[in-house]
Amino acid sequence: MIAVEGVEKSYDGRRVLGPLSFDIATGARLAVVGPSGGGKSTLLRVVLGLVKPDKGRVVIAGEVMGDGNKLAVRRRIGYVVQDGGLFPHLTAERNVTLVARHLGWEEARMRSRADELAAMTGIDPGALSRWPVQLSGGQRQRIGVMRALFLDPPVILMDEPLGALDPITRRKLQGELSTLFRSLKKTVMLVTHDVPEAAFLADEAVVMRAGVIAQRGTIDAMAKAPADDFVRDLLVQGTP
Amino acid sequence: MRVAAGVCALLVASLVSASAGAREHVVVGSKAFPESWVLGEALTLLGASTGATVEHRTNLGGTEIVAEALRAGAIDAYPEYTGTLREVLLHAPAATDDELRAALARDGLGVTDSLGFEDSYALAVAGAVADRASLRTISDAAHHKELRAVFSHEFLGRADGWPGLRARYGIDFGEVRGVEHHLAFEALASGHADVIDAYTTDPEIDRLSLRILDDDRGFFPRYEAVVVYRLDLGTRAPEALAAMRRLVGRVDRKTMARANAAVTGGRSTREAGAGLLRDALGADAPSIDDTTAPSMAGVVSAALLRHLELVASSLAACIVVGVPLGILAARRKRLAALVLGTAGVLQTVPSLALLALLIPVLGIGVVPAAVALFLYGLLPIVQGTCTGLTTIPGPLAEAAEALGLPSSARLFRVELPLASPSILGGVRTSAVIAVGTATIAALVGAGGLGDPILQGIALRSTPLILAGAVPAALLALAAQGGFALLERAVVPGGLRIRTHE
Repeated sequence: MIAVEGVEKSYDGRRVLGPLSFDIATGARLAVVGPSGGGKSTLLRVVLGLVKPDKGRVVIAGEVMGDGNKLAVRRRIGYVVQDGGLFPHLTAERNVTLVARHLGWEEARMRSRADELAAMTGIDPGALSRWPVQLSGGQRQRIGVMRALFLDPPVILMDEPLGALDPITRRKLQGELSTLFRSLKKTVMLVTHDVPEAAFLADEAVVMRAGVIAQRGTIDAMAKAPADDFVRDLLVQGTP
Repeated sequence: MRVAAGVCALLVASLVSASAGAREHVVVGSKAFPESWVLGEALTLLGASTGATVEHRTNLGGTEIVAEALRAGAIDAYPEYTGTLREVLLHAPAATDDELRAALARDGLGVTDSLGFEDSYALAVAGAVADRASLRTISDAAHHKELRAVFSHEFLGRADGWPGLRARYGIDFGEVRGVEHHLAFEALASGHADVIDAYTTDPEIDRLSLRILDDDRGFFPRYEAVVVYRLDLGTRAPEALAAMRRLVGRVDRKTMARANAAVTGGRSTREAGAGLLRDALGADAPSIDDTTAPSMAGVVSAALLRHLELVASSLAACIVVGVPLGILAARRKRLAALVLGTAGVLQTVPSLALLALLIPVLGIGVVPAAVALFLYGLLPIVQGTCTGLTTIPGPLAEAAEALGLPSSARLFRVELPLASPSILGGVRTSAVIAVGTATIAALVGAGGLGDPILQGIALRSTPLILAGAVPAALLALAAQGGFALLERAVVPGGLRIRTHE
């Protein structure tokens, strides 16, 4: 469902990414873990088509991300960001329906989809009419997930999704999201520096160091047999 | 939107009329002081007596503006002084009458012979002092050490004023002090001064029975009153021009001073103009029916309305042009430097210079004033838009892109709404600038609250100055309040509320 093929990216002659290749099978959930500066965010931007790789390509649901189709390909990716990434000038409901509204969906269709997703993500429908600043952190994150799921994309891309939440809310949401994405059979790519979160939300992980993959496997397996000290330190202590 | 459409229509109309050139009526101009108003009004009444439609644009701001308006054809004639023509237009104080005439003709302009008086600098002394010391000429007074002189600051500073005069005559007064011009008369009347500088047609000269000392060594430049006109007026409205020329040689110093006194005494310009015609032409003067002055309330409400029109139209144009420019500037860094730099430079151009530059293209009246206000108001809006867009947090801008919105949808659904507080801040600044600056519109005959202010300054009338200044200040306050309301309407609620967490 997601294939990263031979991707390389340099800035000012300094390579920050690649050469990098991996894929995520349909319905699988992969976490990309590593320290800040390891190339995670560049990888994320390349997958979203926000940054064009110098070499290689990204294939999402059978389509090669390129200039001509990137808007359409992005709409097949549900993007979940830290703290929901909500637009402060739009109510929760308008945040959720933003792209559908642009695509000309009818009000009734948007409403029924929003109701359906509110039930799915455990959002009180009353919260939908509020401004983002009036919502709790957990509510904002759930609204962010609703927005990502609105067009029913096959792929979910998460960027440090729960980093801004308090531990209790975070634990609760982790469980809910895990169940939700599994039941919806979404292909998930999660980018995080938080190893326990990666273990919770994903089946498998790749460890990134200096723009390349240091090791790939389940967190458990890698913790038992780390490829090197870097991987061991990252997985065991949370810092390399 | 309707206002914006109005501005466009206005601009188009002005361009059309500027290019079409041919106008059917005659426009007389005058500057922002009583004598110019009265002479302009007298010329207007004379022209109108031939059946022509004659319009009087008064309070035009200074020689450059009124001369430029004449060259550009925005006005057809105005009263002027030969000294000013030589000094300001030819930059040749010593030019002969023939040289002056030839230079004006090159610009398509003609000048009449003297109307019969000159409005020159002069030294005046109290009648009693003149009699006691038998002073008739400046040479007579030069060595009277006991004379106390009180001069206006301008006279003290000008090369063709006190410094030159003193050197030419070797004057040796015991005491020389500087004051505001009209205070000099009071100092003299109350016995605190013996000699003052004056204009030969100051009404106070007759009122206070002052004696003007003869400039026996011919130091002061001659400021003969004349009418400057477009030569094409002779073919377009020959009768009106001929009627105006009837004033040549008929207005003596006393007649002019009397008319000036009428205006400074509170009579309407029309009444004073009609009076001047009666004095100058006697039984040949055209009969003037309506000489009633409009009420103060009427004057102020008309000025306020025009002020609002100017502010609204220029502000609308600023928004229509400034926001897209700001968007462009936010997207192209190099363009941003160019756009903001240009708008910034425009703001530093002095208003008189800007108006003088606009007159050849746009004539006089509402259009150049609105365009000047537009140019002054552009920068804050461009800047507000550009700043608002470039300070959107990176993650939000990226999220909009990652969701799969095309750039136009990102602009209208995300970026502009997020930038709206900053854009509105720019518009607010622009509006306040416009309200304040619109008083300059009066300098190009566009009216507005600058009109009563200019008249009040010329007449030293505090009530008139306040009649313009107070509504202008209230208007600025109203603009502030209006923007608070506008903010509610324009800025999305989510950006306005400050709440918990």
